Amino acid sequence: MGATFGRGAMTNHWVDIKNANVVVVMGGNAAEAHPCGFKWVTEAKAHNKATFIVVDPRFTRSASVADIYAPLRTGTDIAFMGGVINYLLNNNKIQHEYVKAYTNAALIVNEGYKFEDGLFSGYDAPNHMYDRSTWAYETGPDGYAKIDTTLQHPRCVLNLMKQHYSRYTPEVVSNICGTPKEKFLQICGILAGTAPPDRTATFMYALGWTQHSVGSQMIRTAALVQLLLGNLGMPGGGVNALRGHSNIQGLTDLGLLSNLLPGYLTLANEKETDYRAYIDKRTPKPLRPNQFNYWSNYPKFHVSLMKSWWGDVATKENNWCFDWLPKLDVEYDILRQFELMNQGKMNGYFCQGFNPLAAIPNKAKLMSAMSKLKYLVIIDPLATETSCFWENHGEFNDVKTAEIQTEVIRLPSTCFAEEDGSLTNSGRWLQWHWKGAPPPGDAKPDAEIMAGIFLKLRELYRKEGGAFPDPILNLTWAYKIPHAPSPEELAKEYNGKALTDLTDPKDRTKVIVKKGDQLDGYGQLKDDGTTACGCWLFSGSYTEKGNMMARRDNSDPSGLGNTPNWAFSWPANRRIMYNRASCDPSGKPWDPNRRLIWWDGAKWTGADVPDFKPDSPPSEGMNPFIMQPEGVGRLFALDKMVEGPFPEHYEPFETPLDTNPLHPKVISNPAARVFKGDREMFGTSKDFPYAATSYRVTEHFHFWTKHTMLSSILQPEQFIEIGEELAKEKGIKAGDWVKVWSKRGFIKAKAVVTKRIKPLQVNGKTVHHVGIPIHWGFKGLAKKGFLANTLTPFVADANSQTPEFKSFLVNIEKA
Amino acid sequence: MALQSLDVIRRSATSTSPPGQRQTQEVVKLIDISKCIGCKACQVACMEWNDTRDAIGINHGVLDNPPDLTENSWTVMRYAEVETNRGLEWLIRKDGCMHCAEPGCLKACPAPGAIVQYSNGIVDFQEKNCIGCGYCITGCPFNIPRLSKRDSKVYKCTLCSDRVAVGLEPACVKTCPTGAIVFGAKDDMLHHAEGRIVDLKSRGFADAGIYNPQGIGGTHVMYVLQYADKPEIYHSLPKNPSIGAMVGIWKDGAKPLASLLFGAGVIGAVLHYVTKGPNEVSEDIEKEFKDEKRP
Repeated sequence: MGATFGRGAMTNHWVDIKNANVVVVMGGNAAEAHPCGFKWVTEAKAHNKATFIVVDPRFTRSASVADIYAPLRTGTDIAFMGGVINYLLNNNKIQHEYVKAYTNAALIVNEGYKFEDGLFSGYDAPNHMYDRSTWAYETGPDGYAKIDTTLQHPRCVLNLMKQHYSRYTPEVVSNICGTPKEKFLQICGILAGTAPPDRTATFMYALGWTQHSVGSQMIRTAALVQLLLGNLGMPGGGVNALRGHSNIQGLTDLGLLSNLLPGYLTLANEKETDYRAYIDKRTPKPLRPNQFNYWSNYPKFHVSLMKSWWGDVATKENNWCFDWLPKLDVEYDILRQFELMNQGKMNGYFCQGFNPLAAIPNKAKLMSAMSKLKYLVIIDPLATETSCFWENHGEFNDVKTAEIQTEVIRLPSTCFAEEDGSLTNSGRWLQWHWKGAPPPGDAKPDAEIMAGIFLKLRELYRKEGGAFPDPILNLTWAYKIPHAPSPEELAKEYNGKALTDLTDPKDRTKVIVKKGDQLDGYGQLKDDGTTACGCWLFSGSYTEKGNMMARRDNSDPSGLGNTPNWAFSWPANRRIMYNRASCDPSGKPWDPNRRLIWWDGAKWTGADVPDFKPDSPPSEGMNPFIMQPEGVGRLFALDKMVEGPFPEHYEPFETPLDTNPLHPKVISNPAARVFKGDREMFGTSKDFPYAATSYRVTEHFHFWTKHTMLSSILQPEQFIEIGEELAKEKGIKAGDWVKVWSKRGFIKAKAVVTKRIKPLQVNGKTVHHVGIPIHWGFKGLAKKGFLANTLTPFVADANSQTPEFKSFLVNIEKA
Repeated sequence: MALQSLDVIRRSATSTSPPGQRQTQEVVKLIDISKCIGCKACQVACMEWNDTRDAIGINHGVLDNPPDLTENSWTVMRYAEVETNRGLEWLIRKDGCMHCAEPGCLKACPAPGAIVQYSNGIVDFQEKNCIGCGYCITGCPFNIPRLSKRDSKVYKCTLCSDRVAVGLEPACVKTCPTGAIVFGAKDDMLHHAEGRIVDLKSRGFADAGIYNPQGIGGTHVMYVLQYADKPEIYHSLPKNPSIGAMVGIWKDGAKPLASLLFGAGVIGAVLHYVTKGPNEVSEDIEKEFKDEKRP
């Protein structure tokens, strides 16, 4: 979504789902995985007469309350959605004014761009990557992208898009996905019904889209559909990412991925040693005239972050300590970490609130990798499988304990209910929570544990020196109790403060923020070292008025569910992102019944914080997607996606078809990274004839709740799900023990035999699915089980490096 | 809900009339199956509020777990996969005591005061008076009460009578994330159900309706069903539940005798006879209920 809209997060928010006319759950199972948020789907149905559509390989708990359910083969969502795009374009069911004004439909693409036989222009076959230079606009001498507002130019984005998706006919969709053609067309028709400005559809997805080798592109198909239908920025519209952990949004916001800094600022790579070049590369020039181009503020965010980290030591002269930041040779995502560990190149590992042995694919490889570690530090409230990887649990974890030399250090931490703090939910709300009970035993909050480690390290650097002590010795550490920073102190640091008196740019005698005071928001950040801010995106969450995240006023003046004084929503307390697009180009809401913001003649105003320059009149022609240098939603993603500017259907790396019906020579994602040795561990349909998909069930949360009594009572024992037809073929009855195996290992579980998984007819073949819930392991109160990720392949999405847990191949027999 | 009185209007094996001065509102818990997502939060809330815990069991080849009601699980979700003319339906029904207006359990119970009915409609077991005979199990047209092996007393959903008494909704209602379970005055709940039925009919469920079976005088737990003409597809929800014939025989003749035999410890034989009895409508017992004047 970042590539398409500018920010990679749920565009709307949970409560807003109630405003939808059509709700699509695809690539997720909201009723099962998000039962509390799902109430807003129920509201949309009960009070907004919404039609609810579920598309999934399985008839899920979500499907049980849907108006329409359509099956599809796992991993074929791009084919399905590509078919929807083709339907909308062919049948002229798009919101023309919106598409023309708010997307890059009319912009002209570089003539070197091509798509042939499954490959885009610029493919570098030996390295499995693209030279993406042709995936660009044709620009004029002024540096701006060329435009053809008549949409006649053969290389304008809309025409290239039409051409690209013309292959995705209903017949092709049905052949690849196994979805009955009439069901597919019925869904197309309902979605097309939201093209008028007063009708919206919302898409809700989760890991069912992200966990594929083409996951990011699956999400982009929904983004494209929503742009074509004019459903982006609208109440009751949007592309809504439902997060799998209560604070996983907060994790990415704070930059806890190996290539990120807080607020989606990025680390330099090893070639970017020059500060100016680093900043210039991240500070885009506008691609169309009069655009807000909000990332042009990158230097303000970056310098304020450096001031927050290194205080007075960070100066203009030393480039704000740029040299102290790590420079990446490659991305250290989770798969690479275990690859390096397995090669013996990564010898120590800190594992905080994370159970990789359970949560990462191919357990056999993980075991081999962890057994080579010198030390493993676990910070967790639970005795996780990872922390006990060296224990022998018979079939469930058959290891030779004596041969494992890894030193494991366990540091018990508090769980969320044992500490104060904020959680950032799917809808970008930072909600403060309060400690419910003291932690047991010696458990300490994570901040205290990390502070303890830091202080000890600093002391060692002070005493013994070391290769590179400066970043550690100079780190700002002004907490009242140095070994126990409080959640409030950390939250204030993220919000940011003034380092000198900040004056009004229009009247230098007027002080806006006094030295030392908390900032009101990121609009006050400076690139001259006079502000400090730990995460620009969170600025405004803890101001001089207090903790905005702790607000609990649920009044809703607009009736749209925006509750502006409930907690704090990044960015800038906006509830619906890109909300300028809820108005027509003249500044009038598209739908008079859903008035979110509008131009009142002098400024933008309304029920939400405008996601726009507040005083830019419609006549100025500023576009609504302010994070993009051209200001519009990108149907054509330029070079922002590694496998192509348009989503294309590629098969999972383990496909039951052994081919790609669209282009047999390019079967799976050509730009995905596969490590040496892992490709050999992929199976084919000859030995592993069944399409498998792993997932969560509502009774459990990941690998945690098998440690709790109540959840273990509700779903005590590992099971897999198969359809009645496959069960009959294999002589398996409900309740039988079965063995399921992939090329990487096996699990044993009880069989649930169900009508909810039906065989699909795909490319002349019958494809059966095997459903594999993930929640069991060899630790906890529930019955011991096998880690489901024993089965899954060690390959990931080419952009996000999220593993392909959702589509792989297995075999099955009665145990 | 305003503070609810727990005035007893019926008491098992007791012939003296209860006090009848105060008028209290009848309550209803309405379970809208078309909104239920089968998340089992109600099962958790029930166990937490009532402080009961079943053993960690095994998987029986279905998602239902615990697989049946027990003395510790007073409500369970029952999942039924049904092919209908609309395609596959996964009908998920929260099972538990229906709090019948004419409770067969109470009629069948030989132990004075072991089962009571309050004026708000809740049927409650008073375990301290329970003698563990299990007659209530036979008397129940929904197969709800469960005998505890630990204390030989019978347990079932209380409709959180303790919460309702102080103006709170039952725990399952409080926790239900989709609003599939609602609770309130009977008239309000019937009105709410009507709205739901209009919505379901507009979505093509021509036979949508409310489940409030009259064979037992109606219930204080009601369902909104998409297929109200076929309640049996909801994991064997009885179409025309009624109090078994044996309960009638029991009431008419056998009860005084049994009371005598009780001391002699010959109850086992009667129990056996009773449990083998057919499950038919007893006109006598129905009449008896109808003739009874409610306070």
